Amino acid sequence: MDVMPKWADVVLIPLISLILAAILSTLVIIGIGEDPVAAVRMMVSGALGSTYGWGYTLYYATNFMFTGLAVSVAFHARLFNIGGEGQAMLGGLGVALACLYIPWPHWTLALVFAALAAALFGAAWAAIPAWLQARRGSHIVITTIMFNFIAAAFLNYVLVNLMRPQGSMDPATARFPEAVHLPTLHELLAPFGIAFSKAAPANVSLLVAVAACVLVWLLIWRTRLGYEIRAYGHSETGALYAGISPVRITMIAMLISGGLAGCMAINNVMGEAERLVLNATEGAGFIGIAVALMGRSHPFGVFLAAILFGFLYQGGAELALWTTIPRELIVVIQALVILFTGALDNMVRMPLERLFLALGRNRRGTAPAAPLPARTHPPSVMPKDGREEP
Amino acid sequence: MDFLTIIQVLDSTIRLSTPLLLACLAGLFSERAGVFDIGLEGKMLAAAFFSAAVAALTGSVWLGLLAGIAASLALAGLHGLASITFRGNQLISGVAINFLAAGMTVLIAQDWFAQGGRTPSLMGGARFEPITLPFADALAGVPVLGPVYSELLSGHSVLVYVAFAAVPLTWWVLFRTRFGLRLRAVGENPAAVDTAGVSVVGLRYAAVAICGVLCGIAGAYLATALQAGFVKDMTAGRGFIALAALIFAKWRPWHAMYACLLFGFLQAVALRYQNIDIGGVVIPVQAMDALPYILTVVILAGFVGKAIPPRAGGEPYVKER
Repeated sequence: MDVMPKWADVVLIPLISLILAAILSTLVIIGIGEDPVAAVRMMVSGALGSTYGWGYTLYYATNFMFTGLAVSVAFHARLFNIGGEGQAMLGGLGVALACLYIPWPHWTLALVFAALAAALFGAAWAAIPAWLQARRGSHIVITTIMFNFIAAAFLNYVLVNLMRPQGSMDPATARFPEAVHLPTLHELLAPFGIAFSKAAPANVSLLVAVAACVLVWLLIWRTRLGYEIRAYGHSETGALYAGISPVRITMIAMLISGGLAGCMAINNVMGEAERLVLNATEGAGFIGIAVALMGRSHPFGVFLAAILFGFLYQGGAELALWTTIPRELIVVIQALVILFTGALDNMVRMPLERLFLALGRNRRGTAPAAPLPARTHPPSVMPKDGREEP
Repeated sequence: MDFLTIIQVLDSTIRLSTPLLLACLAGLFSERAGVFDIGLEGKMLAAAFFSAAVAALTGSVWLGLLAGIAASLALAGLHGLASITFRGNQLISGVAINFLAAGMTVLIAQDWFAQGGRTPSLMGGARFEPITLPFADALAGVPVLGPVYSELLSGHSVLVYVAFAAVPLTWWVLFRTRFGLRLRAVGENPAAVDTAGVSVVGLRYAAVAICGVLCGIAGAYLATALQAGFVKDMTAGRGFIALAALIFAKWRPWHAMYACLLFGFLQAVALRYQNIDIGGVVIPVQAMDALPYILTVVILAGFVGKAIPPRAGGEPYVKER
């Protein structure tokens, strides 16, 4: 682990991966005959040039913070939770049930209990794959993928057959009552005399997401449970030797992960749509993977990566609106980020390690007949359960 | 439900099973060699687009098929690069490939055809036409066997027959050839294969390449035979159903065919009937959609026979120094 200084691992490698992804994205834009400079300018002005743009950017970022944190917590336990999408869908169901069937006196109470319901439903949806992994050894990646599809079918059934109001053709629930309306940033900032766009959907759940980042940081690095999760992630046998139960950690990590993914629903369902619609998650569960990989599974990294992806999403929407570049450009960028920061990590890491090794040798003067650089990622810790170095 | 309806449902079962079967066998080769592949979906999607696009531009479905296979092979190469050469995480690489295909196909489709991410409808020689098997028309009048032969078995495109012929071929390659033995060994114990002086990397790339070719045919079938052209996200989760079928079949070729026929049958029934009423209990169509995934989870849980993947699956191989 001492081939490279820590800053290189934490900052340099993600940065280089990001630059590679950006270069390829630029080539893609040139390839479809558009001007990349103009495109970037439009994205920046569309996403960051006004409080309206910022409102959307932060709205998307809120979603991605929750799902990114969800993937990160599981990563720390060396579990790859691909099921954020399904867990967030179920979280939406929890929010809808809490908002529609309980008469809340005030939005603060509603927010607390809706968030609890969302976390409960998300965690419940993660619980079955977690239990199967812990007890039966079923590969959690496959089961969580399957549970995404089952969740989509289940929600489709619930919305079409059970929760759709009489006479409505739309597969969606009724509108939530006015009392559970979450204040938007416009309403929150107005008392301070700060003008913020009225139309943008960013709302108070952004603050919940930021709080979740802090809480996850505390959990992972400042509590005993977090230590156990990380220890289990580093070495299952080591953790076992230290008296840490793999079953317990797998369950707890996945329940927290599912709960965080479910909590996304307070933003997109309660904060924005104010009713549960079909496909409310819009792929945010999967973007969580890119966000967690880019943020190196650290809550602060996740926070930054979520804002970056929020910017990309809002910028991409602006591009699709004003140019012929479809929204799918963002999906391509997202794929490239996952590819470079996740799968091709070693492609960036290996040359850098060699570089730092050479630098270190020069500094020490005499060059020992150097053995080839020991891989900082011993391949034994790489996948198996789909784990990426946290 | 009369006899003719049953024949029709089974006929569409065969049609819908074909892409699943091709993708499932593709995954079988890759995973038997120890390379997990959740990017089947993306490879199929890329192949579907490029086959339809080239078929639309040239008017030749065979050129389209080649283009589809080439596109799928390119993504397979990327997967190999990430998971074999750079020993990255195979699952994450698969996720990236799925998104890459989902985004790039629409982006390029919009650039080439400007029809909102689809290709023009394919006509004539740009599509695979149904093949009438010999004597199909003559035998159509024979009771029971006549319709079975002329309606059910005859009248599919050539790729359907290719897919079902690939099942015994896969079995033969994997279990009766030296290459197959080595390929299976590399998925169970790559160190042993390495000790025997056989290239682990070479074998795994070969498996990933075969996977790419089969996914390419599957995608081309979707866009040029099952349907007439590419539409956005047209694979619609078929790559994952194929993955489910692969687990359901416990990584065995013949069982893969049975699993794909079963899942194809579920799709065919869901397509034909919205809700099924069995003795007063109504099964909603969504339950049919979810059934392949639920069955796979049950199999994975090990309550009905345990699904044990190849032992070295998902692990990059590092030669000792």
